[in-house]
Amino acid sequence: MANLAQAIRLALHYGETHLGVTDIFGEDVGPPLGGVFTATQGLTKTWNTPLDERGILGMAMGIALAGGKPVAEIQFCDYMFNALDLMKLAGNAHWTTNGGWHLPMVVMTPVGAGIHGSIYHSHSIESIATHLPGWKIVMPSNAKDAYGLLISAIQDPNPVLYMAPKALLRVKGDELIPGEPADERELHRRIDAPLGDRSGWTPNWPPVTDFSVPIGEAKVCRTGDRVTVVGYGHLLPACVRAADVLAQEGIACEVIDLRTLIPFDLPTLQRSLDKTGRLLLVNEDTEVTNFGEHLLRKLVERCFYSLQVPPVLLAGADVPGVGLAWELERHSVPQEEDILAAMRKLATAGE
Amino acid sequence: MDPKLALHIHDVMVQSRQTEEALIRMMRSGHGYFWIGGPGEEAFGVPLGLLVDKGSGPAHDYLHLHYRSSCTVMAMGTAPIDLLRQMRSTITDPFSGGRNFAGHLSIPQWNVVPGTSTIETQYVTALGTAWVQRRHGGTGISIVNGGDAGTAEGDFASCLNWSSRPGQELPILMIVTHNGIGISTPAAQVQNTPALHERAIPFGIRHGRVDGNDPQASWAALQEAMAYVRTERRPFLLQADVSRLYGHSSSSGARPEGGRDCLSEYEAKLADQGLLSPQQAAQIHERWREHLRDAVHQVLKEPMPTKDDVFTHIFYRAPD
Ligand SMILES: Cc1ncc(C[n+]2csc(CCOP(=O)(O)OP(=O)(O)O)c2C)c(N)n1
Repeated sequence: MANLAQAIRLALHYGETHLGVTDIFGEDVGPPLGGVFTATQGLTKTWNTPLDERGILGMAMGIALAGGKPVAEIQFCDYMFNALDLMKLAGNAHWTTNGGWHLPMVVMTPVGAGIHGSIYHSHSIESIATHLPGWKIVMPSNAKDAYGLLISAIQDPNPVLYMAPKALLRVKGDELIPGEPADERELHRRIDAPLGDRSGWTPNWPPVTDFSVPIGEAKVCRTGDRVTVVGYGHLLPACVRAADVLAQEGIACEVIDLRTLIPFDLPTLQRSLDKTGRLLLVNEDTEVTNFGEHLLRKLVERCFYSLQVPPVLLAGADVPGVGLAWELERHSVPQEEDILAAMRKLATAGE
Repeated sequence: MDPKLALHIHDVMVQSRQTEEALIRMMRSGHGYFWIGGPGEEAFGVPLGLLVDKGSGPAHDYLHLHYRSSCTVMAMGTAPIDLLRQMRSTITDPFSGGRNFAGHLSIPQWNVVPGTSTIETQYVTALGTAWVQRRHGGTGISIVNGGDAGTAEGDFASCLNWSSRPGQELPILMIVTHNGIGISTPAAQVQNTPALHERAIPFGIRHGRVDGNDPQASWAALQEAMAYVRTERRPFLLQADVSRLYGHSSSSGARPEGGRDCLSEYEAKLADQGLLSPQQAAQIHERWREHLRDAVHQVLKEPMPTKDDVFTHIFYRAPD
């Protein structure tokens, strides 16, 4: 099965050959490297930019204004902070011009901890990004969704922020992307650039399709009636594994992968919470003014009388960075055992 | 210069000055909240607008304009009343539907991209339109302007750097309108040279400086710079020295602040050349003043945005 980085590459290949993507660019995005996470190897519309995040975003906006379809990368979301006003401008251009202009552009960026990334390669940005109205914001947690969400992002006529969880980029999916060869060694041979000199190499793309995951649709990954667990990105697979552990004990948890943060799928969350009455929200961003707090507020307002116990948000510690030493990271970012413990506690609370 | 053109430039300069003064009067009478604009930049901004290759799409020029550029879009053909609409923040304001300050322009059909309050960000969005034009070929260019103080922002350096990458040069005309001050801070306090166009030198970018108070010199300098960018498909940095006649904005009173007045200088010159008498000039002013009086009355009758308008155009939806 493709991993997330390969899925992104396959979607970009489809995008540049079928969906009118004109430019895929960023720091080290073009040849010879094809991205620090290999997500842009072998593509034809890629090019390297100056080391200048503001320039990258301005370039994307200008290309979109002039009728192109750009996919820009910020190498790590940690380096988007110096360009937030351009993100703000991209998000507000349609509104401030009263519908005069719109910007069909995608910005991809790897986010989150889990790769021993230390202080400046572990940031999350969703709580800040969701404060930029006018952006659609997505974050996959598996390869098939990574493909489908990127196809949707490219097709959308608005600015779309595509956050790729760093820790999952090398994780293989458990479902084939339509058109993906069943044998993963074949996929590797066809689309992974060789190590060393790759000047003579060209990929042999499999016949991928326009399979898409609609923006705004959450996915129920495990069904259950005991606890609703809402996550996305990096920590979602851990939520699923924890739910599987509890299922063995006869505790059925419903795990929902949000997939789209803006505009998020409130009805799916609401339906689940009305059923379970117990809510756990999970993400790795720092906890103060965390995006999960917004979800929590919306859900409490709508499902107050369904709640059986106080809902819980499990998020990153409110500290300036994720420290390098494992004990520092482990106690800054929720881990699988923390998620399991929180689910167990919620499942039995009030009994 | 052809006398007809010389007189046309004068007419648009007057139109523009009278429009700015009408905007200030509206603001003072409580028909608007804030004024910022370009009195003192007409001698440069009007020739600029007249020389633009106006149209939509990469075959034509893109304009990334700052908030003192109403004279440029009036030279392109924008009616003064549209600027009044934005001052009044009516729903009929064609640039922003009552959402943005006066002089924050947006004209999709003429490639005037969204004008923003954020100083200097226009110098990086210009990279993108120019990149598309580089690929498109033809003679369309991206034109970006801004003030002197703003050049301290990194976006200005970004524009110099990206537009001059070897083999990937961009057809951008970068303009700095230098009025010697940013709000209250004199340029000499924060910049080591008034010759900002020389920042092009280390990038190998062609550059020039012009007396932006002289419409004929501005016309010639713009023509030369544009011809270079259009045909060579390379960047050019042009500095125009201008005045800020009514101060920074209404926050500082929008009162005369001194400095050379390009319009009265030009009228004296046209009189010397026997092209326009002081009486004729006064008539032109009066004609535009009257035009604007009527326009203000019209705008005051136009509808304002409503509660529902808050929520329109957050996301674009393609027509089915
Ligand atoms: C990024 C940013 N910083 C600060 C401001 C506030 N501000 C508005 S105009 C201005 C001065 C600009 O001076 P200059 O670039 O010389 O242009 P001028 O107004 O003189 O034409 C400042 C500081 C802003 N709008 N944007």
